[in-house]
Amino acid sequence: MKQVFVVVEHRRGELRDTTYETLTLGKRLGSKIGGELTAVLLGKNVEDFPRTLSSYANKVLYVEDEQLTNFNSEVYQIVLSELIKKENPTVTIMGHTAFGIDLFPALATELNFPLATDCVGLDFEDSKLYATRQMYGGKLNTKISLKESPSYLATIRQASFPAEEGTFKGEVVRVDSPLTEEIKYRKFVEYVEAAVGEVDITQADIVVAVGRGIKDKGNLPIVEELASSLGGVVACSRPIVDAGWLPKDRQVGSSGKTVKPKLYIAIGISGAFQHISGMKGAETIVAINKDPNAPIFGEADYGIVGDLFKVMPAIKGKISELKG
Amino acid sequence: MDIIVCIKRVPETAEAALIINETDRGVKEENLTFDINESDNYALEEAVLLKEKLGGTVTLVTVGPEQSDEILRMGMAKGADAAIRLTDEKFAYSDGYAIANLLAKAIRDLKYDLILTGCMATDDGYTQVGTTLAELLGIPHATLVSEVEIEDSKVKVQRELEGGLYEALEIDLPALLTIQTGINEPRYASLLSIRKAASKEIKTLNLQSLSLKEEDVGESGSKTKIEVVNYPPVGKKAELLEGTLDEVSTKLAGIFKERGLL
Repeated sequence: MKQVFVVVEHRRGELRDTTYETLTLGKRLGSKIGGELTAVLLGKNVEDFPRTLSSYANKVLYVEDEQLTNFNSEVYQIVLSELIKKENPTVTIMGHTAFGIDLFPALATELNFPLATDCVGLDFEDSKLYATRQMYGGKLNTKISLKESPSYLATIRQASFPAEEGTFKGEVVRVDSPLTEEIKYRKFVEYVEAAVGEVDITQADIVVAVGRGIKDKGNLPIVEELASSLGGVVACSRPIVDAGWLPKDRQVGSSGKTVKPKLYIAIGISGAFQHISGMKGAETIVAINKDPNAPIFGEADYGIVGDLFKVMPAIKGKISELKG
Repeated sequence: MDIIVCIKRVPETAEAALIINETDRGVKEENLTFDINESDNYALEEAVLLKEKLGGTVTLVTVGPEQSDEILRMGMAKGADAAIRLTDEKFAYSDGYAIANLLAKAIRDLKYDLILTGCMATDDGYTQVGTTLAELLGIPHATLVSEVEIEDSKVKVQRELEGGLYEALEIDLPALLTIQTGINEPRYASLLSIRKAASKEIKTLNLQSLSLKEEDVGESGSKTKIEVVNYPPVGKKAELLEGTLDEVSTKLAGIFKERGLL
């Protein structure tokens, strides 16, 4: 029987959203090739996960080992390459997450199978596997083919597929851990939380976020004035934190915070998917950008194409007039 | 501490309009400006900082045409000691795997304790070359690294996970780290050092000098192939407010009021 492997991602006792999303894709690929869907779970003391996952796949392969307590790509790689060699799945997928990025390129290289990364689509056409990806921060899409191979690997961009209700009554199969000795060359030490400041952007009704387009730290007060005229807080995209202009706890996006305010104004933010994933739940989204082709306009309700430094004060002026 | 840094020259596209070229597999380059890939620049800075602290050497490696000498020279102006450019027209259309394979060939015989790369290229966004290279060389790796500290024969790192969470790891040297943006503050080179770097030697290696065969490189050495690029479908599109500055700001403030946001 052909099968599709989905590598389960969990962290600190929780199954992560990406797991359910990749299971949705795995189910589709499984039907396409006339095969079964297998969830591959590596961990320790995750007793309720196998049962939960059995609603989402034909089979749950569960490897339990002390060394699998926390994710460690070097340890995961040893276990997964054994499982893949034994079970010969047609495709093995996982989220394009901090874990997937760390694991899959090395795993694919060891097994000498083709890998497609950060896929927003993955499908067989006839017997050839194609992936849809983005390039240039989402400005272009690309269709790639994977070289014919007995098996393929792919990492899947988060939120590219919806999580679905579990409809399976799968079996749980425990597999003995192939780990015979302690892996010492890479060790997980601990989780570290980012420092927390005084403003919690996730609690604000109005968020005014700035990106690369702001050009200089000296321009931040213009943004702060606009935000305070609305009674909102200032947030930002990654480049602003990288430059050290605002602290990490103001960053919106997949590696920062997720916000769902009533109003989100994106100023000079082009709209890479990492940022979009942190703000697309906002009720009303306004984008101001000088590039009419910026991906952010595909996500916003209202847009203004223009010079940020003229638009911001003008809006602030009108708001003050209306507020009287 | 001998460090190798893999860097790449990429177009700056954050604010540029992209035009698909006649092959339908790439973009027109004439209207674009190029520079070192953003996270590679942080990797370069991290290497120079480590060298300043611990001594040793920094060697840059890139795959690309002659124009890539520009980023290699800038890297040497910022503190790298040597630079190698892998170049051959046969390397065209190499995917992430094939690029890593080229780098592995060139690096295998060099002396190193640490290899740094950027975590992702802003053009193709594969996020795989560093990790693939580590596997080909048989050394441990960590990706998305936001803190590096060398301690004897180990490196202590922090990796950036999602949602403002990090993980601390310890890895044996030699190791490969892919560096996340924001880890440091990349320096600017002085005019004097730029002038000095202009005359430094850049070693070039091609298909033959890397003892590779044609089937190992380019499209035939790749495991994936770009079939076509296209403009993304226009999804939900913002209602663009148009008119004079006064008109658009009046419209927007009106919308805020209507929606009870003021």
